[in-house]
Amino acid sequence: MVPTDLRFTKDHEWVRLDGDVATVGITEFAASQLGDIVFVELPAVGATLAQAGTFGVVESVKAVSDLFAPVGGEVREVNEELSGQPELVNSDPYGAGWMIRLHVADEAQLGELLEPAAYDALVAEA
Amino acid sequence: MPYGPHTPEERGKMLAALGIDSVDALFADIPPELRSSPLRLPPAEPELELAARLERLASHNRTGLASFLGAGAYRHYVPPLVDQVLLRGEWYTAYTPYQPEVSQGTLQSIYEYESLIAELLAMDVVSASHYDGAAATAEASLMACRHTKRSRVLVSRSVHPQYRQTMATYMSGGDLDLEEIPLVADGPAAGTTDLVALERLLADTARPVAGVVAAQPSVLGLLEPMRAIGDAAHAAGALFVAVVEPVSLSVLEPPGRYGADIAAGEGQPLGIPLGYGGPYLGILASTEALVRQIPGRLIGMTTDLDGKRAYVMTLRAREQDIRRERAASNICTNQALLALAASVYLAAIGPHGLRDVAALGAARAAELADALAAIGVERLHPGPYLNEFAVRVPNAVELHRRLLGHGVLAGIPLAELEPDDPALAEGLLVCATEVTTSDEISLFAWALREQLEATGTVAGERVLATAGGIR
Amino acid sequence: MSVTGIKLQPSLFELSRPGRGGGKIPHPPKDALDRLPADQRRTEAPALPELSEPEVVRHYVNLSQLNYGVDTGFYPLGSCTMKWNPKLNEWAARLPGFASLHPLAPDETAQGTLLLLWELEAALCEITGMKAVTLQPAAGAQGELTGILMIRAYHRSRGDVERDEVLVPDSSHGTNPATASMAGYRTITIPSAADGGVDLAAFRAALGPRTAAVMITNPSTLGLFESRVGELLAAVHEAGALAYMDGANLNAIMGRFKPGEAGFDVMHINVHKTFSTPHGGGGPGAGPVGVGERLVPFLPFPRVLRQADSTFRLERPGERPTSIGRMRSFVGNTGVLVRAYAYIRAHGGAGLAEVSEDAVLAANYLKRRLEGVYDIPYDRPCKHEFVASAATIKKETGIRTLDIAKRLIDYGYHPPTVYFPLIVDEGMLIEPTETESVETLDDFADALIAIAREAHDDPQVVHAAPSTAPVKRLDETAAARQPNLRWRGMTGAQTPCPD
Repeated sequence: MVPTDLRFTKDHEWVRLDGDVATVGITEFAASQLGDIVFVELPAVGATLAQAGTFGVVESVKAVSDLFAPVGGEVREVNEELSGQPELVNSDPYGAGWMIRLHVADEAQLGELLEPAAYDALVAEA
Repeated sequence: MPYGPHTPEERGKMLAALGIDSVDALFADIPPELRSSPLRLPPAEPELELAARLERLASHNRTGLASFLGAGAYRHYVPPLVDQVLLRGEWYTAYTPYQPEVSQGTLQSIYEYESLIAELLAMDVVSASHYDGAAATAEASLMACRHTKRSRVLVSRSVHPQYRQTMATYMSGGDLDLEEIPLVADGPAAGTTDLVALERLLADTARPVAGVVAAQPSVLGLLEPMRAIGDAAHAAGALFVAVVEPVSLSVLEPPGRYGADIAAGEGQPLGIPLGYGGPYLGILASTEALVRQIPGRLIGMTTDLDGKRAYVMTLRAREQDIRRERAASNICTNQALLALAASVYLAAIGPHGLRDVAALGAARAAELADALAAIGVERLHPGPYLNEFAVRVPNAVELHRRLLGHGVLAGIPLAELEPDDPALAEGLLVCATEVTTSDEISLFAWALREQLEATGTVAGERVLATAGGIR
Repeated sequence: MSVTGIKLQPSLFELSRPGRGGGKIPHPPKDALDRLPADQRRTEAPALPELSEPEVVRHYVNLSQLNYGVDTGFYPLGSCTMKWNPKLNEWAARLPGFASLHPLAPDETAQGTLLLLWELEAALCEITGMKAVTLQPAAGAQGELTGILMIRAYHRSRGDVERDEVLVPDSSHGTNPATASMAGYRTITIPSAADGGVDLAAFRAALGPRTAAVMITNPSTLGLFESRVGELLAAVHEAGALAYMDGANLNAIMGRFKPGEAGFDVMHINVHKTFSTPHGGGGPGAGPVGVGERLVPFLPFPRVLRQADSTFRLERPGERPTSIGRMRSFVGNTGVLVRAYAYIRAHGGAGLAEVSEDAVLAANYLKRRLEGVYDIPYDRPCKHEFVASAATIKKETGIRTLDIAKRLIDYGYHPPTVYFPLIVDEGMLIEPTETESVETLDDFADALIAIAREAHDDPQVVHAAPSTAPVKRLDETAAARQPNLRWRGMTGAQTPCPD
């Protein structure tokens, strides 16, 4: 079961809304599929992201995957810890392994995301 | 077929196992209308005859000349142990070390290559190798564009023209702009990068510059104001790419000490034969900050499951086989065996030996400059040089051709190397290295004097006036 | 396993002792460098190792013994054509007349090499059915870039500047899309059809006025001949695009299929695959590119030109303004090309055709030997290589292709290419080449069959493999997370010196 306070994309990103700030990461399922994560490339603070646009790249030893923004907005903060400790994405994907914080431009966009139960169902099929 | 093991019986056994009586059945999926016409090639040659043919072809090249030709590829003494190591089949018949457990030799040798070159260049990160100096320089300019997200590169005409041409080809794909920084026309800095022109090019802030590329020593053999070029680049937010010659770095300040963000160069002088242009060794190095941008393979040290030290290809996800269209470069096969040659050469010759190679080359070049000055042939530029310089002679192309008749390869006419620069039209670019002998220098000076006298272009006063020589 | 029991080696830097070595180069005059400006001089000497000759040679001989090469044993690495590297060719490339020729030597002093290169170009034209060949590219990937840049120049020369897409199948080598990007194109990936071939309908749907080129590997990276290639080429040309052929798998088709005759516009050749030049542990290669009539004007310079008096010369810069320019310095990897020339001369046309026949026969024989033990996802005659899969074994035992590959090391073999092409689950791409005997093929098949049995009976031994190699499996995660890419003096931060 995934945390119930999150919303999800079909591409396995999660988002947690706190006021108008959205914290974004990748799910435990995504992290385990990629294997040991060795590098996370994140956008610059101040960058403006469109919903479903790429905001970075995550690399494991032998795979690479784009990161897609669950919602649009301006990047307020990126998780600097990940540059030295990318393994946090594996060990604590919903906590210390968060990736970016966005100022959400349009909260309605969250409505297009998957509820926890729907995401669980998606993963169960995979 | 000369190297195939199969007897007719064995072919029969394989066909029988497949239930067919001819290999044609295995090619039935090629539609008849697409089937090949027969291969019209000269018939197979037995090894004895082929060996004789190859020897004959090789002997049709004239390589016994007294050569003063450098211009990007240099004659050096290579201890025989280098090639004897390279001839071990475990080195040269192995593939890329994708399976590290059976490739620790190649992997450790490349890690050591990266370490040796990093020491020599005083840079943090060295790629496992690129095709040659020109391609490495082209990759360096693409790196600068990726890192700065800018699309304009300035290259000094101190950089070898073939490198500039290669950069232009590589940059044409991404519609990136390459502009040349001219050389100073006259005065004490003649022939080196024009810093005023550089400032002017950098001042065009509407078209910000990704990288500034300059060579040390320059293609004309001159020492360049690298620190000043680098400072100007950095002040404009551009990266500084230094094109370097590795042997010279035993005596010249290394790029990592004068602010280069990227260093590229030709590794051929490190124990690799001239071989009419290749295979050579493209050196590409960068600062730590650019490690994610550097294209090509990187070997890292790690441990195995038992905790033993071991080596492995790392940061693989930057490369084409994983990142595909988003890779930093398409490079796959590189020049691993030549990186090995460079490492064995450096290990064999050692730091003091390498310094002696550079210093002896400098001494021989000064001897050459003196000998030419004594017959009235002056240097084209006054600035300091290491072991290569240009001299002024009338009718350089014709003179160069006539000297061949005396067994002298008198460098290269600059009119051929840099045809679009009228300031160099009377130049002959010559070099000396540790293998250049005094006899060769005497022969060159004698033959040159003969030719100049024959064409009536040597004046007695000029000989006297320059007898002291310019160093 | 040939490397069993061989010791790991300390690094060159640990072997160094101040004052060792020397005696190779005469000492220069003390004042040799005094004329250089002080601010241009190196102030602190590079910390390069100081070693005696015996130490250097032992270091590298011992290191070499940690390697596996074609000279050591069977190397069925799919897509890489690890055939025998003839020893004559090593000798030939080292002949002083070839090896000590300066790349800017005047043409009249380089006639032997120029003749060789010209004849090699002609031979490669004949083998590929192309109109002209450039020998300049240093490797296959550089050949690809050369080819795609020529296609770009062709379209632009016709004022056709809207084309910005290159189509590649999903089974292609990674170099294809990476090349397209370098040349400024967007890659459109086309899924393969169920039979492993090109999906003609999908290609037709993607082709259009924005398509600059289609890149096809034929035989494909699955070792299968694209029988629909004629229809595909017609569709490509009808759309105004050009067809690039990745020639990595030329070893399967010599004398049977000439890409130029079939209608491909450009292809590269990996001489370090088909024409036996050694791989060198990751290069040098050479990647000549053949072109059809339309692309001849755009070939990189300098070309080798034959003059009226039958002598040869190199083209001069600017002589052919339509050229895409230069891909690298000088003429090319000439030393590699000498070897390729010798190989072609040793075989002749009939010999090269036989090379392909035997390569294809060996691959089909080996495939037949493995049927029933491993999954064979594409069950039709293959060309010079084939894909086997451990998907069923994995389902039944948990043993993966990677484990089987590592276990092959214990049996004395270099593993095949694994997990490529990406479209096959638990795939291994096996390429035996034409220079391996039936005994070798049988022994290798027996080993793979034995490992499949071990996967069921003794999975732990497969999972723990290799157990006889100099090192066990490596911590690649640590290597990538905290990269150690160079020796940093004796700081104590390194793993202790091995035994």
